[in-house]
Amino acid sequence: MQDMTYTRRETLVIGAGGIALLAVTPAMASAVEEAVAAFTGGAAVTDGGVEITAPEIAENGNVVPIEVSAPGAEEIMVLATGNPSPPVCSVSFGPGSASQRLSTRIRLARTQDVLAMARMSDGSFVQATRAVKVTIGGCGG
Amino acid sequence: MADVKPRVKIPSSASAGEAFTVKTLISHPMESGLRKDADGNAIPRRIINRFTCEFNGANVLDMELHGAVSANPYIEFEAQIDAAGEFTFTWYDDDGSVYTTTNAIDLA
Amino acid sequence: MTFRAKKVAVLAVATSFAFGNTAVAEPDLDAVLVINDELEMVTMVDPPAHLEGALDKVISGWHFRDAATRKLETDDFENPAFIHVEQGLTAWETVEGSEGESCASCHGSIEESMKGLRAVLPKVTADGELWSMENYINDCRENRMGAEPWGWNTGPMRDMTAAIALQSRGMPVNVAIDGPAQPYWEQGKELYYKRHGLLDLSCASCHEENNGNYIRADHLSQGQINGFPVYRLKQSNMISLHNRFFGCVRDTRAESYERGGPEFRALELYVASRGNGLSVEAPSVRN
Repeated sequence: MQDMTYTRRETLVIGAGGIALLAVTPAMASAVEEAVAAFTGGAAVTDGGVEITAPEIAENGNVVPIEVSAPGAEEIMVLATGNPSPPVCSVSFGPGSASQRLSTRIRLARTQDVLAMARMSDGSFVQATRAVKVTIGGCGG
Repeated sequence: MADVKPRVKIPSSASAGEAFTVKTLISHPMESGLRKDADGNAIPRRIINRFTCEFNGANVLDMELHGAVSANPYIEFEAQIDAAGEFTFTWYDDDGSVYTTTNAIDLA
Repeated sequence: MTFRAKKVAVLAVATSFAFGNTAVAEPDLDAVLVINDELEMVTMVDPPAHLEGALDKVISGWHFRDAATRKLETDDFENPAFIHVEQGLTAWETVEGSEGESCASCHGSIEESMKGLRAVLPKVTADGELWSMENYINDCRENRMGAEPWGWNTGPMRDMTAAIALQSRGMPVNVAIDGPAQPYWEQGKELYYKRHGLLDLSCASCHEENNGNYIRADHLSQGQINGFPVYRLKQSNMISLHNRFFGCVRDTRAESYERGGPEFRALELYVASRGNGLSVEAPSVRN
């Protein structure tokens, strides 16, 4: 299997330059807006009704366990708003699902907000965000 | 890719309407397309872009994945059944490969 | 300067300042490692006599990782190392080489024949050489199977060592350091305390004197090796012990030793002996 190391240099490049490390660049903001517009079709979104479980501080941004839950949702979309490419996943729930809950592991390029947005069965949209701090590790030992 | 191998964990039986946890893991590099190799050339994207779970042909879960999902994608959710039958889990690879595994379950 | 709770408390305050008002819980010495809800691991023991008080407690690296990383090791399904264990188990049954043999055709069941092996390696052979598990594997491949040896740090080798190590999981590390092993152990001890590289660091500088302290945003562990090979989140892959040693020495800005060479095998024996009594935790998960 290919070595999956993201070197520090690559991470800095991904992070749009050292000085602007914590800034959301216009390109990222528009990528988030585009993904939201594609999901909602421009409909209004209200806060609440979605729960995101994630560590406050992630020891390694390469593998961050998250869980999203939105009771009554038909589909949930997850965006990493500070990633160079924000889309993470979107999941739709069929009749065989017992809840509208999903756990997975994601990559976060740096400290940022994770956004989860849900399309409910009545066609409305709800959202929540969760801040996750990503530390720059030492040697891992 | 020879070393792509799906793993699934579900109970051997469940009561009708009872929620149970489904855990899945597949070995896959999830190459995001954003990295460069040592010579500075972009490494092409190759990810699992879709995962589906069906029970007796009906949709349980349909997931679209992007490059921000970690290598060896782990997906956990809850399902329920109203009859004995078979779960089908399918992973779709950017390279066109499709990986499928099935698990039978009894009604308790 | 071994691990002390007070020091960590001070550091936690410093970290709160840097990162906001978040409590930092590592190393969490109250956490208990139970795998698959049934196998309770020994992750903290009194130090062996030969350490002469250098550590107050011998602590598995598991305690030094954060709660999310620690949890990954508690369930074999969630532990991504088991992808590699499965590949190792497949290789165990696979016939390779000119003699038409697999591992299984001589050794039979891996569960029975390999049980306990990881806990006592490396050890001295009848010919007086110190061998790691990788040496035994390649000896079988070359001399019994007529197959090409695997590179020390290659995927198939890491998968096989993970599958074999798993058969000793939960058993106490118990390497011999006396008799024919003693000169190797002395060599390893000398390496452990020898300063290397432009940064002038020994293994002890970080892992004996500063375990529990931060190195950037990470906790330094005691550098115990009872969990190797490990699944490391950074690489999303298995990491062999000698590759970890290689990385540590390189990070001191020294020319590192060869993976599988005599220096790292001696160091492996010495570092293993510092963790005598800890449960074999392989394949573990680290960040």
